[in-house]
Amino acid sequence: MSSVASLHESELQHAGHDAQHEHHQQSFLTKYIFSQDHKTIAKQFLITGIIWAIVGALFSVLFRLQLGFPESSFPILEDILGKWAPGGKISPDFYYALVTMHGTILVFFVLTAGLSGTFANFLIPLQIGARDMASPFLNMLSYWFFFIGSIIMATSLFIQTGPASGGWTIYPPLSALSDAALGSVRGMDLWIISMAFFIISQLMGGLNYVSTVLNLRTKGMTMTRMPLTVWSLFFTAILGILSFPVLLSCVVLLFCDRNLGTSFYLSDIIIAGKVLPHEGGSPILFQHLFWFLGHPEVYIVVLPAMGLASEVISVNARKPIFGYVAMISSMLAIVALSLIVWAHHMFVSGMNPFLGAGFILFTLLIAVPSAIKVFNWLTTLWRGNIRFTPAMLFAIGFVSMFISGGLTGIFLGNAALDIQLHDTYFNIAHFHLVMGVAAFFSMFAGLYQWFPKMFGRFMNNTLGYIHFWITMVGAYLIFWPMHYSGLAGMPRRYYDYSNWESFKQFGGMNKFISIVVIIVFITQLMFVFNFFYSIWKGRKVREANPWDATTLEWTTPIRPGHGNWPGELPEVHRWPYDYSKDGKEFISQITPVGEEETGPHH
Amino acid sequence: MKDLFLPIIIIMILVVIFQISKASEYVSVLKGEKKARKQSNRINGFLMVAFLVLGLFGAWYCNKLYYGDMLLHDSASVEGVEIDKMMLVTIAITGIVFLITQILLFWFSFRYQERDNRKAYYYPDNNKLEMLWTGIPAITLAILIAFGLKFWFKITGDPPKGHMMIEITGHQFGWDFRYPGQDGIFGKKNNQLYNKPAGNSLAVDFNDPESHDDLRTTELHLPVNRPVKFIIHAQDVIHSVGLPHFRQKMDAVPGTPTTLWFTPRFTTEEMKTKTGNPNFVYEIACDQMCGKGHFSMRGVIVVESEADYNAWIAKQKPEYYSMFPDKDPSKQQTVAQDTTEVNEQVPLAQAASIN
Repeated sequence: MSSVASLHESELQHAGHDAQHEHHQQSFLTKYIFSQDHKTIAKQFLITGIIWAIVGALFSVLFRLQLGFPESSFPILEDILGKWAPGGKISPDFYYALVTMHGTILVFFVLTAGLSGTFANFLIPLQIGARDMASPFLNMLSYWFFFIGSIIMATSLFIQTGPASGGWTIYPPLSALSDAALGSVRGMDLWIISMAFFIISQLMGGLNYVSTVLNLRTKGMTMTRMPLTVWSLFFTAILGILSFPVLLSCVVLLFCDRNLGTSFYLSDIIIAGKVLPHEGGSPILFQHLFWFLGHPEVYIVVLPAMGLASEVISVNARKPIFGYVAMISSMLAIVALSLIVWAHHMFVSGMNPFLGAGFILFTLLIAVPSAIKVFNWLTTLWRGNIRFTPAMLFAIGFVSMFISGGLTGIFLGNAALDIQLHDTYFNIAHFHLVMGVAAFFSMFAGLYQWFPKMFGRFMNNTLGYIHFWITMVGAYLIFWPMHYSGLAGMPRRYYDYSNWESFKQFGGMNKFISIVVIIVFITQLMFVFNFFYSIWKGRKVREANPWDATTLEWTTPIRPGHGNWPGELPEVHRWPYDYSKDGKEFISQITPVGEEETGPHH
Repeated sequence: MKDLFLPIIIIMILVVIFQISKASEYVSVLKGEKKARKQSNRINGFLMVAFLVLGLFGAWYCNKLYYGDMLLHDSASVEGVEIDKMMLVTIAITGIVFLITQILLFWFSFRYQERDNRKAYYYPDNNKLEMLWTGIPAITLAILIAFGLKFWFKITGDPPKGHMMIEITGHQFGWDFRYPGQDGIFGKKNNQLYNKPAGNSLAVDFNDPESHDDLRTTELHLPVNRPVKFIIHAQDVIHSVGLPHFRQKMDAVPGTPTTLWFTPRFTTEEMKTKTGNPNFVYEIACDQMCGKGHFSMRGVIVVESEADYNAWIAKQKPEYYSMFPDKDPSKQQTVAQDTTEVNEQVPLAQAASIN
């Protein structure tokens, strides 16, 4: 029993601590619901993101059941889903709705709002030494607009004709005509309205992050002394501000085509035996507008992931991140290039081939800054003194996934090869590894790393290790074989392959993948359990700086109140990566440069 | 009860894992944080190397299982042969980078795991190294880009002279094919003339005399070794003509006709022996999500010898005659049509005249 006691002995002590730092009396409503504290808003984004992640992943389990076991039926599905799974077999309409919502939820609600929303809110003020965001009120609105968007999207799951089912890319005319698909009857309208709220949320958040980074850095915190996490979140916010408005106009025009009889994207259409009056629009215009956001979007997902991984790797390898300036400039290069590569998603759309040539060039150029980042991470590990915390494992896993998924981008960016691979399982493997699994790994790394700062407790390490190893092995088992079926031309988004002479030999592979998917899904539930259990029952944090890190968030009290630092804001004297310098384990950013210290000083 | 068996087992496993995890946390508190970390460090360090070795073995095994299926044996189009070579070069280059980086990643993780007597090396920067790994990827990519652009312009450029043309129209959920007939010119289309019940589902304007010899077929036959250009239309939503064996693909966009071309190298019969699959067929797979029947939007291409093709095409009747049976000359007289010259010389300018 003594061990139990030692786990909780300091509880009272901390409770006293907390009260001291409370700036003002708060009711439950203002403290937890309509909070303007960036840390609480971060947790709101995080928990909403976790709920969406479970829903999105569950959808993938459902459609993997169909793909892996096209001959079988699962009576329990009919009990739960009713008419969407007659006889225990998911209907094609519902299958496409699941695929669509899986993509939408994970790309936008989890890996954009859940990832940036959580870590930009949580880390930016804490790591630059600010008491809160530039506009805490706007920040609160940012979450609540996301929340409204979430509610609308969730509502669309329950309407009679089902949610949008035209793929997360919602290409018209499929998404524009209610005769084209069941999900295009009403689900699509709700999708558009939900996304409008979501985009507004992203803009309010992004403007806030940018102005906070530019204006609220504490004394001594020059731009080149910011941790890479802050840099990456800063770039992400800029990219979001530049590209999300384009998506908003893109979907507003689609809304007009759907409901007001305009013809922005529609021309020469005969559907369900009727000749439609739409003339002069172009479905390709939609694709240009969509991918003008859609491509930067993948960097909106992966840049914060890079930043989090950089930080976690440096702290746990006990070494400065190698090539700090190169890391920043490569991110800047990625941001700039990501705005001019969108049409590499459209090599087979009928776009002018000459236009395609420019996009090949810029697309493959992105591999250069990406390569710099990978080699810099590797060099950071070299001759380190690596502590394998669960966070570190996931950060290493991120690098592995980023390499595996990034290299296949070289195939897809090269149009002559893309023709063969476009919209096949090769593509699925590519983007799931590089922006799906990699970004999730980084998010896990960030959560294990900053959980003690968020909740004053640790997550269970052993569960963390099991979580990592099963997920790591599982992710490769799921996505590695897909490269092969993709090279054989197996198209994505098919409900059933058994009638195809060219693809049916992959039935066994599909079954194998589906089984692994179920195991990995259960493992993620274990993580979710660990997360919520540890909020209340985890091992208590007893020292302010449990990871021996240099950055400012670890100079706050264990459970910082609104305002973060009880007294004066800390003053910064050095860059955030003085690990193992001059024989010292680490030198905090707030330590002044000593007389006998070796240079260079950042 | 049987249905509950699996979930119960899973829940029990999770409970056991949870109990072990909780116990190990108490143990680590008792032993002291540092000591517990060292122990788990050793285990994770070992797992890093184990993962690397088993992972490489798994990659090799997966390759062994699927390599044949992957490259679909040979490219079935002349143009695809060079694309396949480029694919192999890209696989080789990325494969080497993959092996080097992944091995370094996991080896460093294992090699430099925390030890009491180890001090991390303060190494924040080295411009030479960074120049090195900016320069090498840039040069390698420049080479890949150069070859990529060359092939891209070749396959998206004009087809060789003497190619034949076929119009292919996608709709939910199937494909329609139209051959231009002896004159090599497709009759005009006009959506307002769409009339499915009467048989004119392609909305062909039969007042245009050039439509009178157009053949509408349910199968797509191609002669081997003759370049063929597809003129691709879509009636309702975006579809995509995916031809995995020919290494070709192009979206079908409503309102905007698109094209692709290739030269088939092997007949369907030859492919049956090459693949060892007696049921082998060339398939057209819709590659752009187009609604609930997307997965069933299948077309079949028969590639055959010039003689077989000519025999088949001679049997096809112009759509005009099935629309207007009274105009059918075979109903009035028995003049043998000489169809061997069909499509032999098709002027290139025709693509423009179709729409």
